[in-house]
Amino acid sequence: MARPTGRVFVARAQVMDADEVTRALRRIAHEVIERNHGLAQVVVIGLQTGGVPLAERLVSVLKEIEGVEVPLGTLDVAFYRDDIGLRPVVPEEVTSIPVDLTGATVILVDDVLFTGRTVRAALDALADYGRARAVQLAVMVDRGHRELPIRPDYVGKNLPTRRDEVVDVTSEGVNIGELVAERSQ
Amino acid sequence: MTMTSEFTGADPAPAAARESGVRHLISVADLDREAMLGIFHLADAFKEVAERPIPRVPALRGKTVATLFFEPSTRTRLSFEAAAKRLSADVMSFSASTSSLEKGESLRDTIETIDAMGVDAMVVRHKSSGVPSQVRAWTKASVVNGGDGQHEHPTQALLDCYTIREALADRVPAGGAGPEDLRGLRIAIVGDVRHSRVARSDVLAMTALGAEVVLVGPRTLLPPSLEGWPVKATADLDDVMGSLDVIYLLRIQKERAQAALLPSLEEYHRRFGLTRERAAHLDPRVLVMHPGPMNRGVEIAPEAAELPSSLITRQVRNGVLIRMAVLFHLLGAGGPLPVAPGHSDSGPAGEGRSEVGHPGEGRFDVSGSEPGQTGAGPEAGGASDA
Repeated sequence: MARPTGRVFVARAQVMDADEVTRALRRIAHEVIERNHGLAQVVVIGLQTGGVPLAERLVSVLKEIEGVEVPLGTLDVAFYRDDIGLRPVVPEEVTSIPVDLTGATVILVDDVLFTGRTVRAALDALADYGRARAVQLAVMVDRGHRELPIRPDYVGKNLPTRRDEVVDVTSEGVNIGELVAERSQ
Repeated sequence: MTMTSEFTGADPAPAAARESGVRHLISVADLDREAMLGIFHLADAFKEVAERPIPRVPALRGKTVATLFFEPSTRTRLSFEAAAKRLSADVMSFSASTSSLEKGESLRDTIETIDAMGVDAMVVRHKSSGVPSQVRAWTKASVVNGGDGQHEHPTQALLDCYTIREALADRVPAGGAGPEDLRGLRIAIVGDVRHSRVARSDVLAMTALGAEVVLVGPRTLLPPSLEGWPVKATADLDDVMGSLDVIYLLRIQKERAQAALLPSLEEYHRRFGLTRERAAHLDPRVLVMHPGPMNRGVEIAPEAAELPSSLITRQVRNGVLIRMAVLFHLLGAGGPLPVAPGHSDSGPAGEGRSEVGHPGEGRFDVSGSEPGQTGAGPEAGGASDA
């Protein structure tokens, strides 16, 4: 049986360390507050799964700065993807959007912005939860190679990449590398 | 009646079906424990969808699901159609009484005609065991068994197990995790087990998920042999009542009494029904289930169906979620999946975030694993744990 073998990420270079990620998050938090003249009606939504820890951290930084706890949601876009049937598409987690988004300013948070297809799916999904007044996009890394007319509002770092490279964001920092086939036998 | 025995064994087709990339659900045996947990995980995600103001996702847009019911059914058919519509699939509906079957068209010609119209999945119900399995040979579509003769009714078994698991999770204090499977539970399936496709599928699913199953009924309605079935059987309901976690009542078909398999419906009710007296003495933690439609006063007293521990309406509600999960699993989640050369995260298909299989993150990795078919792979487990 041609059971597909897993592939593992092999880092080639670190492009941001943990402190740099924290600083980028703090800057993004200030930009969110500045652009929206405070945090009224702001809702932060992390994309499953890479965006969720960043969204959680953004909410706590926003609270530190403004003393306001903004609502936090998580969104899994699996059922809205345009590549269903082309590759395995399975939701990671149950979506949880605790507030009606009608009239809200949604800050969508993801770790890496690449083709833009996940964000496209997220915009469709958000529309099913109400008509947001505005949707803004915050990403830790913008690696280019967009396939759709989508741009981020807040960027941790612009990182030129090759298409076949992989960018990995964790709480320890941001690494660039490749996926390498893992031989099972 | 002897037809059932032909379809109890291993299904020869799945291997071939997997080669072609088309997936089917004919028997619970097509799914192992991990695949079932994967379907429950999907159903959990669809539960959130069902609670939204607009309970619909575009997941199967452009796909067509045909429901082919050669035998009357309301709930299973409506449940599949609701599931397909909530996934934005198009639905084609066929029923035997209004079709060219009346004019003498053969089953094969009917299937090939519908296949030629272009459908992605066929949900087939038929009074003869084995028809959905046979239909696979005549279509390129995924085939889902919507109940065949006395063989199986796999989506019913999945929704039953999912409902039990959900009811147990509700007892866990907020924040705690519910049980993953049905390990440690004792479940009685009561009634006409011998002729019941629901019982056959439930036995397979419940035992695969770790439950202990005991069959209860008059000897005439129990299977002649339990060989190969990991279950016990008894003709004394009161003997097992005290030790149960779940009592599952099967529908008694009135013609069984006419066929002299039952003395009378009244006596059946006294000996094997969940009577008012039995219901009154029932531990409130014992879950009461029924696949519907109920014969109130035969297998279940009218009051017993309204017990707080009755899951009967939940079963119906969860039926839509499970059928969404099954359709998505067959048509969307894995799809026909050649892990093509160059299939990579960075390709046009993928958004290519940091989709790396970090061990322990429970993240669905990029290897193209199919939770339904690859079985006990670590990533399948990870996905369902998530």
